Order: sequence, then structure tokens, then C-alpha cells
Amino acid sequence: MLRIENLHATVAEKPILNGVSLSVPAGEVHAIMGPNGSGKSTLAYVLAGRPGYEVTEGSASFDGHDLIAMEPFERAAAGLFLGFQYPVEIPGVSYLQFLRESLNAQRRARGEAELSGAEFIKLARSQAALLGMDAEMLKRPVNVGFSGGEKKRAEMVQMGIMDPRFAILDETDSGLDIDALKAVGAGINSIMRKPDKGVLLITHYQRLLDYVRPDKVHVLQAGRIVRSGGPELAQELEREGYVEAAA
Amino acid sequence: MTAPFPTRKQEEWRYADLDALQPVWEQLGEPERIAVLPGQSLEQVWLPSDDPVQVRRVNVRLGAGASFRLFALNSAEQYGRIELEVDLADGANFEFFAANIGTGLSTNEIVSNVRHLEPNASSRQAVRSVLNGKATGTYLGKIEVARDAQKTDAEQSVKAMLLDRGATANAKPELEIFADDVKCAHGATVGELDPNQLFYLGSRGLPPADARALLLEGFVMGLWDSASEPDAICEAAREALRKVLA
Repeated sequence: MLRIENLHATVAEKPILNGVSLSVPAGEVHAIMGPNGSGKSTLAYVLAGRPGYEVTEGSASFDGHDLIAMEPFERAAAGLFLGFQYPVEIPGVSYLQFLRESLNAQRRARGEAELSGAEFIKLARSQAALLGMDAEMLKRPVNVGFSGGEKKRAEMVQMGIMDPRFAILDETDSGLDIDALKAVGAGINSIMRKPDKGVLLITHYQRLLDYVRPDKVHVLQAGRIVRSGGPELAQELEREGYVEAAA
Repeated sequence: MTAPFPTRKQEEWRYADLDALQPVWEQLGEPERIAVLPGQSLEQVWLPSDDPVQVRRVNVRLGAGASFRLFALNSAEQYGRIELEVDLADGANFEFFAANIGTGLSTNEIVSNVRHLEPNASSRQAVRSVLNGKATGTYLGKIEVARDAQKTDAEQSVKAMLLDRGATANAKPELEIFADDVKCAHGATVGELDPNQLFYLGSRGLPPADARALLLEGFVMGLWDSASEPDAICEAAREALRKVLA
């Protein structure tokens, strides 16, 4: 479903990704782990199309479509979702308006009927409930005054509403206490653990992987995948650190 | 009798489009007068008309304990000017929320002079400008606090968003204070749309034009939060933003 081949990318002309190859078939969850500065977030941003992240070599395709040639909004309409490590605040714009317009833009692009106000509210309430978030918070401006944990939960509510086919979750577990971690883990499983969906889970720590069991674990170091394995690799990393495990 | 035609040397006309003003100057005559009697309150919404040149000059007098809340949209195609002289008596409250929205070669300006003549009065002004093309948007806001106007509480906030290198925003909050126990706050910012916000909206499926429109709506619409009937001005502002982004 997601196929990355020999991907090289630069940020401000500095090489960050140096030949990443990775394939995530439908129905699988892959975790990417690695030390700070290894290129994890860059990989997420490149896949979502953030301006300033230049692909210099290699390719990334989603269901056979060339991802790199698409604008960010086209990737979203194609079913790709990025859970941000640092969700962005937008004063003056309510969460409900933002999400309804976004979802309907995606639906228009796919030739589907738009949701009415009432249909959308119902959907938003059910997804907020799934993540244990007070739906009243969605009346507030996007992420303004939200705690770190609330922002991450809200990202997962967004994912539930968008119902993407593939999610890239960039350190969704950072800043979460144990209860929020459990809720977010359960949310990821319920929204994304389906035979026709895939997940790329980017994380520093093994603890989220206790709740969302990955099918494969990859270690990213200096912009390259240096090791891949099953879920047991995450425990080994946790025990021995990245340097030992990569050696 | 009409007053002498203004010149750019006069601070309050410094950024005006005097060529556009010339043909309408004779018809302007004396400023409109609004008086709010002691203890009374008034709310008004000023919407733009279709005229390419729109100049509105108003003198407002607020009696003791009176309050006046004014919402205005300034988005003339050529030249729009809202000019306010406001006198506040003891305990009066004046609130002004306005937007300049312009594109092309338009000039839209708001010039206010709020005089706290007696103690305990409060004033709050917020102006937001959205400017594209070679448009100019201006806010010249003067606050005068008289010698015995103790416990004055005055606030000015002006923010502008420039969508094109050719657009110009002028902001000049000005304070003249003769009392010593007062609270006066002012702030001014000029900026562009935030690329992080644009990418965030894009990543959720909003095409760039829709993302820009949503951000600008958020920037402006907060002005009308406290209006009792905001629908007309919200719709007019949306329409003006659509034109600016077209």
C-alpha cells in the first residue's frame, strides 16, 4: 500500500534522508524507531508533502500513485493522514468548522457527497467519545489553549473523523500520561486496525507499542533503515539502546 | 460651509486617497452626530455600500454611564474612510470592532479620536486589516485622557495581514494622557499567513485557496463575537474576503 524506495531528502539543502526503503502492505502496522535527529519526522513530513522538504532521489508511492507528485491536500483526499508531533494552533477557527470543511473538501475531491452539519456533528461526537475527549472542546479554536496531551488526543479524533486508509503517526505518544496513552492506543487500533488500512508509527519509545502491536519494527539511523524485525526488536532496543541494537 | 480641503500634512489625512476624496468632499458637509444619553446603550453595525468611494464621519457623545458598541466593515473598492470623534463622560463605555478589507489599488482607513473627558470611562478598539494587491489599510487611533479622567481604561489592538508584497498596512495607536491613574494598553502587528498553519490545513485535505480563506476568516471573524446580530456583517466580511482572494 505504501512503498518507499531509496528515498533521499534534504531540508534547507542539508541531506536528512539518505536512501530509505520501506514497504507497508495493507493490514499492517509498522513502527519506525530511532534516536533524535535520525530523520523520523523528516520522513513523516516528506510523505505528507510539507513545503521545504525536498526529495532529491528515490520514490514514494501510495496504492501505485506517485506520492511525491501530489499536493498535501491531494494526499489527504487519497486517504493519507499525518498525526502531527506538534499540532498547530489556529486562533479564530473552530475545530468543528475546520474539520467539517476539511472532510468535505476530501469528499468532494473523491466525488462523494458532502456531509450536512447534523451528520458531521454526529460523527464528530462519536469520534470524540471514542478517544475520551469532551466534544465541547471541538467548539473551541483549533488547539488553542489545549494541553500537550489534549492536542495529541485531538489529532486522533481528527483521524477518526477523516477515517484515512493510511496513517503516519509522528510521536503521537509523546506528552501523554498513561491513561491518555491507553486511550490513544485503543483509538488507533479501533480506527486503523483493518485489513484494508495501514499505519506507520513513528516513536522514540516502546511503550505505545504495548498498546498498538506492530507487525514490523524498523530502526532509522542517519537517514537510513539499519535494521528491521518483528515486535521483539522494539524490546531489544528498549533494553540495549539504539547503538547496540544497530551494531 | 464646507471645511477647507485637507492636505497630507495633516496627520489624520496622511495616508488618505485625496484624489478619490476630491469629488465627494463638497457633499460631505458636517459630520453625522450620535448622542447616547446618560445610562442608555446603543449598538450599531456599519456595512459597506456599493459606492467606490465611501466616507463616513461621525461625532459620538456618550453621557455618564452610557455605552455604545460599534461594529464596522470598511471595504470600499476605491477609497473607504471611517472617521470617529468620540467623547466619553463619567463611566461611559465605548467599544469599536472594525475591519479594513481591500485589494487592487484601494485605500481603506479608520481614523479615531477617543476622548476620555471624565473619570471611570472605558474604551476598547480592535481593528483587523486584510490586504492584497496594492491595497492600503490604515488605522490611526488617538486616545486622549483629560486631566481629571482618573480610572480611565483604554485599549487598542490593531493587526494587519498582508497577502501580497505590494500591499501596505499603516498602524498608529497614539496616547495623550494627562491623568495619572489610568490603564491604557495598545498593540500592533503586521504579518503574513503562517506557512505552518497552511500546511496543517492542507494535510487535512483543504486546497490552498480554501485554507487561506479559512485562516483569513478566523483572523477577521473574531471581531464580531460580541455583536448581538452578527449575521449581516459576517456575510459582508466573507464576501469582501472572497473578492480579496479572487
